[in-house]
Amino acid sequence: MGRPTLFDGQQEVVSVRNLWAGYDHRVVLEDVNLSVKARDFIGIVGPNGGGKTTLLKVLLGLVRPMRGEVLVLGEPVLEGRRHIGYVPQLTTVDSDFPISVRDVARMGRLQERGLLQPYTAEDDRIVEDALLRVDMLDQRGRPFGDLSGGQRQRVYVARALATEPSILLLDEPLVSVDPRVSSSIYSLLKKLNESVTIVMVSHDIGAISSHVKSVGCLNRQLFYHGGDRLTPEMLELAYQCPIDLIAHGVPHRVFPEHGGKGDLA
Amino acid sequence: MIESIVEALQFGFMRNALVTGLLVSVACGVIGTFVVVKRIVFVSGGIAHAAYGGIGLGYFLGVDPVLGAIGFSLLAAVGMGAVQRRTGERADTLIGVLWAIGMATGIVLVDLAAGYKADLMSYLFGSILAVPSSDLLIMVVLDLLIGVVVAMFYKELLAISFDEVFATVENVPVNAIYLVLMGLVALTVVMLMRVVGLILVIAMLTIPAAISGRFVKDMKRMMVVACGLGMLFTTGGLWLSYFLNLTSGATIILFAGTAYLLVLGVQGLVDRVRTTRDRTSA
Repeated sequence: MGRPTLFDGQQEVVSVRNLWAGYDHRVVLEDVNLSVKARDFIGIVGPNGGGKTTLLKVLLGLVRPMRGEVLVLGEPVLEGRRHIGYVPQLTTVDSDFPISVRDVARMGRLQERGLLQPYTAEDDRIVEDALLRVDMLDQRGRPFGDLSGGQRQRVYVARALATEPSILLLDEPLVSVDPRVSSSIYSLLKKLNESVTIVMVSHDIGAISSHVKSVGCLNRQLFYHGGDRLTPEMLELAYQCPIDLIAHGVPHRVFPEHGGKGDLA
Repeated sequence: MIESIVEALQFGFMRNALVTGLLVSVACGVIGTFVVVKRIVFVSGGIAHAAYGGIGLGYFLGVDPVLGAIGFSLLAAVGMGAVQRRTGERADTLIGVLWAIGMATGIVLVDLAAGYKADLMSYLFGSILAVPSSDLLIMVVLDLLIGVVVAMFYKELLAISFDEVFATVENVPVNAIYLVLMGLVALTVVMLMRVVGLILVIAMLTIPAAISGRFVKDMKRMMVVACGLGMLFTTGGLWLSYFLNLTSGATIILFAGTAYLLVLGVQGLVDRVRTTRDRTSA
């Protein structure tokens, strides 16, 4: 396939250096640095309006950086994005749209089959395999609009997998699905993480941080140290106000021991 | 009744009118489906009205107004398409302005044109009863052209209609494909102009596809059903106008529009009955 092998766990798959980005003259991201290694599972949290969506758009080549360099598998974004499987938020699609589950997933083959090239039997095989991996193969003939939120999310993941990505990029994957569904999506992502690198953004700190390997905080600036813990400083810097780190209902692993705030502040 | 139908079919203009209705229904079923699912009804309306500028240009230059309309509507399609892509939320204002400028240009050019302007109203309100046989051939060609282009770019057209951001990330040339779609809308508008007139074009572009979309959940099937409904509306409307002695374009639209409202009403009623029954049985 001509794709770099990812057996080296230290290979850098996404590299963001001194990135400044925004719209017109409004800066949204300020000097962001991020290095994603192969097989990472990174969650990026932050307040709404903190730049999560902008960071995703930069990684997808939808927003051009004002300054700085972004490489995906060593290539500029517009070339490198072919290695990215993008899973958008659920809210972006009209649920009356007349399309079947299979046809949605098959859009993952669009860049492999350019203009005037019909989909092939190989495409169908890859799409069926992707649907099987998200446990949606038996639903392939159903109208996409008839599915539940969690099922649609799975189809989006299948569509991203059909691109045969090295990196999965997820935008708020668990917004508008109930907790039971979200835990099943997490276990799916965990399984997928055995072969692909995953980067996801969310505004829900509790949900994201209990499942990912490492977390970062984004609010104009990115606070990310590659660790699996959100420190009070990171949250305070990101949210610009002291965050009370009482970890009730939130997995303890993410936070320092109770009372840690005092020790670290 | 059968006798009068047979009698009507003796007239060449009536036969041409029926064939025109069928030919136009193909284009409006296929393109109308995209107009409805991609929600570009407003832009399509803009293209239709701006096409009147081409009619005026045709009169002014002394060429076939239909050729003028084809050129002008393609130009309007590209212009409005580009405007919609570039200028974010104020695009609808700008399209509204272009829509009016196109029409006003047509009116002024007709004023400036020399000579007799007999069938001007027919472009605004349709003239399905006055379609010469030579125009039927043009419609066949346009149908084929629309069919071939849609078949060639079907997977890209579907992709930009469903999820444009994903299509962009997959390196689909979304802007070019969008302009192709706009161009197809323009050609369909010119064909429909014959049947119902520029002012009512938007109804025939949306109603068959909108009804179809309420019953089928697959794009290709939606196109086929919309084509069939278009044929039903044009043929049925034509006969109604013949027997009731009414303007054919408007009768076709009223027939189609009534059907749409009936479908909405009946479906709403069925839904309500179903939910109350579910509630009482639960």
